[in-house]
Amino acid sequence: MAWDLGTDRPIYSQLVERLQMQIVSGQYPPGGKLPSVRELAAVAAVNPNTMQKAFAELERSGLIVTQRTNGRNVTEDVQQIQDIRANLAKEQVDTFFTRMKELGYAERETLELLNEKHCMSNNDEGEQE
Amino acid sequence: MSELVELVGVTKAYDAKNLAVNNITLTLPRGKIIGLLGPNGSGKTTLIKMMNGLLTPSQGSIRINGQYVGTETKAHVAYLPDRTYLSGGKKISQILDFFCDFYADFSKEKAMDMLHSLNIDPSARLKTLSKGNKEKVQLILVMSRSADLYVLDEPIAGVDPAARDYILRTIINNYNQNATVIISTHLIGDIEQVLDEVIFMRYGHLVLYTSVDNIREQHGKSVDAYFREVFAC
Repeated sequence: MAWDLGTDRPIYSQLVERLQMQIVSGQYPPGGKLPSVRELAAVAAVNPNTMQKAFAELERSGLIVTQRTNGRNVTEDVQQIQDIRANLAKEQVDTFFTRMKELGYAERETLELLNEKHCMSNNDEGEQE
Repeated sequence: MSELVELVGVTKAYDAKNLAVNNITLTLPRGKIIGLLGPNGSGKTTLIKMMNGLLTPSQGSIRINGQYVGTETKAHVAYLPDRTYLSGGKKISQILDFFCDFYADFSKEKAMDMLHSLNIDPSARLKTLSKGNKEKVQLILVMSRSADLYVLDEPIAGVDPAARDYILRTIINNYNQNATVIISTHLIGDIEQVLDEVIFMRYGHLVLYTSVDNIREQHGKSVDAYFREVFAC
């Protein structure tokens, strides 16, 4: 399946985000081997040079390590992966609160809603047990 | 290594009033997949035919690999025309042999592999294939050459989305960093993410030559959307 990419932003930065997500979610585990640029470009149906650029960016940030003879691997530095994961989570929360604010919710009201939702899903789990 | 394609002041006049291509100067590097985009009648096919030596420029010059377009350059340019020149009565295997005779850089093995992966029987006659499969066979012929420059004139027009995906994947899979692929089309949205760079043409003029991500960065919209804006009627 070709990757579903947005039309309003550079393709390369979307590829970086996508790969980051696949790494922090464990789809590519720490130390795991990554497909070649060409393979991944074909899977995503994107230009190989753009995929290469995304890989280079992830190498710069240290998330991907290139071995001369053995292609590319995910870093074994679990701490770094956790840090990036925490950052992405924080961004999600920020976005969420911004959206809620646009809907006219004060932070307190948003938190109340979250709490309600949280209690409800706890109850659901309780009933299932 | 020198630049792959150098166009200097290229002009084509079919008659005194109509300049199909008007004074285009452009240099294209190796290792890129480039979209040649423009509305109907903007001069895309004329430009492509001049790169292939099927038309001679009225003015200006075109060099490929440092050589002026001619017999020599044809050995290094793989061209997919906008309509077929193959005879439908021939079997695909005969057409493969024909390409073997014509082009030293043609790999029959590669072509057979690709036909096999599509379940197309090489002993079938071309005219018995569906439109989509005919288009695929012709693309396979072109991409089975190891050329420096691939020029594809409307490779995805008139095929279904699945065939379109296959064609784009074939182009990506055959990509190599010493060669460049030029794809002319007006179906921009479908091929945008496969392209490095785009050339916009209008009324025979070069309007723009830049990278896809540049357009997205500067204008915050896809090349497709930007094209619609630039060429709004």
